[in-house]
Amino acid sequence: MATVTIDGVTVEVPDGTTILNAARKIGGDLVPPAMCYYSTLKDSGGKCRVCLVKVAQGSAKDPRPMPKLMASCRTTVMDGMVVQSITSPEVLEARKSVVEFLLLNHPLDCPICDQAGECDLQNLAYKHGIAQTRYEEEKRTFEKIDIGDKIKLHMTRCILCYRCTFVANQLTDSRVHGIIGRGDASEISTYIEKAIDNDFSGNMIDVCPVGALTDKTFRFKSRVWFTKPLDAHRSCPKCSGKVVLWTKGEEVLRVSARTDEYNEVKEFICNDCRFEHKQLSDWTVEGPRHINRHSVIAQNHYEHVDLIKLKKEIERQIEFEKGKALPEPKNELSA
Amino acid sequence: MGKKFLLEHVNVPGIAAYEVYRKHGGYNSVEKALKSMTRDQLIEEVKFSGLRGRGGAGFPAGMKWSFLDQKSDKPKYLVCNADESEPGTFKDRYLMERLPHLLIEGMIVSSYALGARTSFIYVRGEYMYVLRILEKAIEEAYAAGFLGKNILGTDYSLDLYVHPGAGAYICGEETALLESLEGKRGLPRLKPPFPAIAGLYASPTVVNNVETIASVPCIVNISADLYNDVGIGKSTGTKLISASGHINKPGVYEIELGIPVEEFIYSDEYCGGIWKGRKLKAVVAGGSSVPILPANLILKTAKGEPRLMTYESLADGGFATGTMLGSGGFVVMDDSTCIVRNTWTYSRFYHHESCGQCSPCREGTGWMEKVLHRIEHGHGTMKDIDLLADIARKIEGNTICPLGDAASWPVASAIRHFREEFEYHVKHPEKVVDPNHFEKEPFHSEKQHAIA
Repeated sequence: MATVTIDGVTVEVPDGTTILNAARKIGGDLVPPAMCYYSTLKDSGGKCRVCLVKVAQGSAKDPRPMPKLMASCRTTVMDGMVVQSITSPEVLEARKSVVEFLLLNHPLDCPICDQAGECDLQNLAYKHGIAQTRYEEEKRTFEKIDIGDKIKLHMTRCILCYRCTFVANQLTDSRVHGIIGRGDASEISTYIEKAIDNDFSGNMIDVCPVGALTDKTFRFKSRVWFTKPLDAHRSCPKCSGKVVLWTKGEEVLRVSARTDEYNEVKEFICNDCRFEHKQLSDWTVEGPRHINRHSVIAQNHYEHVDLIKLKKEIERQIEFEKGKALPEPKNELSA
Repeated sequence: MGKKFLLEHVNVPGIAAYEVYRKHGGYNSVEKALKSMTRDQLIEEVKFSGLRGRGGAGFPAGMKWSFLDQKSDKPKYLVCNADESEPGTFKDRYLMERLPHLLIEGMIVSSYALGARTSFIYVRGEYMYVLRILEKAIEEAYAAGFLGKNILGTDYSLDLYVHPGAGAYICGEETALLESLEGKRGLPRLKPPFPAIAGLYASPTVVNNVETIASVPCIVNISADLYNDVGIGKSTGTKLISASGHINKPGVYEIELGIPVEEFIYSDEYCGGIWKGRKLKAVVAGGSSVPILPANLILKTAKGEPRLMTYESLADGGFATGTMLGSGGFVVMDDSTCIVRNTWTYSRFYHHESCGQCSPCREGTGWMEKVLHRIEHGHGTMKDIDLLADIARKIEGNTICPLGDAASWPVASAIRHFREEFEYHVKHPEKVVDPNHFEKEPFHSEKQHAIA
């Protein structure tokens, strides 16, 4: 076991745990954001650089600080390590700049993007980004591609997190897609003329943090915040059969895997469940899905409402507003 | 004449052939090492010689060797990094072309020291003809019994392979090189684990530059004591410098570490002064990625001491007033050079060569190139100069591998030392329309960088 202190909070974790997972054990605001790391995909992470943290003390044995900011998703903890996440201005600035870099060539077509509302990049930019861009040049664009009859690839929106290639490597039985090209010309692509067609390929959609890979059976059907998520299951010979149904009235608009508070799937589902069972009667509905990650779709909870708690919360807000005006949101880059 | 360790016999006709090389004392170090020295003795010898990595970082080679995980039951590998792609650096090519057997000799001795039974030379894709020279030399070495089973009748066996890259700068980064050698996309790995623990095929691996490995036979032959007599302080031995740019005698020179920069530029033994009788404006001392220095700072440190060709002296003053020896790509610029254009060229290179794995480098290098293009072509604003410095600062240190740093240092240093020139481009767009705009009328700095 190793004892690690993150932003002044001490936690004990098994050896070999990453700083990010140690922070997730503590929870709350100090958890570094992650765009490319995915807990259920081996070897993912380290690429987006948004989870950078400062290691102020390497370990109890060797208390020297690490010279550079470290990617918390791939750096393992040492006993006695001291980490600064949101308490270090340097880290916050680095995260802000990474967000700026990620948004540089991102089309910002959120109003017509199906991912809007459940997009990790949107949430990240809302939290760390700036309102204006300093980029004046033309953004890089790609043609939209159909990869298979169920998945649409919109490469322009891609932030090259490599998650979908890990799905291809680790979940599907034959890998037919990967990254071609180099530098900012890299793109996700299938081998020539080869469509993605195998049982677990649909998980690429769930792991994609942005709207680069979208479900063709759901495209342009509805804004995600107008749908009601329901936990449901069926007995499936291929996967766990535990899913979320995104419904509008009696209609099932979309089926997706269940994600945790960091928007990561723990149990992947098969394409059969995802694309072929779009009737409520196909499923045993368990109840409303509680979405507790920080996102616009977490706002409209329609499950059982605790009225007393709600009343207290409203009173607290009124008190707060009486006391002082809400602080102005800071949108400028610190120079 | 300074001492020559590497290029002593370079002008002997036919030295690339085995017989001639052997006649001039070639492969003596293999005999000495295998027959009379233990592996630990060899590592100690290299440590004591003070030999530092010649690829750019200048990390002590013996120290690197001693980090190799000897307890591992996996095979150990030695990989020679011959993916020399740094703009301004061409010393390894020269060495491999002229003295292929020197590298092979170094590989045998170093592999023996590390306990490696299989070693690789990773040559960049553009050096296809060098690969053929090396393969021929390896064949000769096998035939002479210096490679293969039971070398010189000892129980040490070694196989040596040459592997070509496919033409990517990033494959000069040691972990990207290993990925490429394994047949994968050349993307740098996240460290730790370091190659000394898990490198090629997840086995303990040492990656060394061509020049580093080629220096080993000499250390074994003449002893570490005599080797570290040459040089100053922690910069021992000799270093190959690829001199290019606006000088009278461009080429590869072997220098004793510690000679003054001024002597290197102006003496007839080396660069022979600035061409066409012009003035020295700036020098990139160690390959395109190290900070550029104006004439006054390259000849003398900020404290006024003469600057020497050593790792320490060139780095004197940090990045504020210093630079790095790097890989020894010594690019000299006269007063007709446009620093903005030069920086833009470098930036274009790094944009093209960024592997695209991590976001700051993938997006930032392209952004810097575009802003520099704007300024150079007279469409920039004063704000762009600050923006550029800000982008460089935000890439530096936040990337997986040093390519991000390498891309941001030249930009940051050009703005640091030549801000006036950037401002000139913004203020006088009409004067920079001609690509050779400082050719006829050199830029006059109020700071008076130029030195006659």
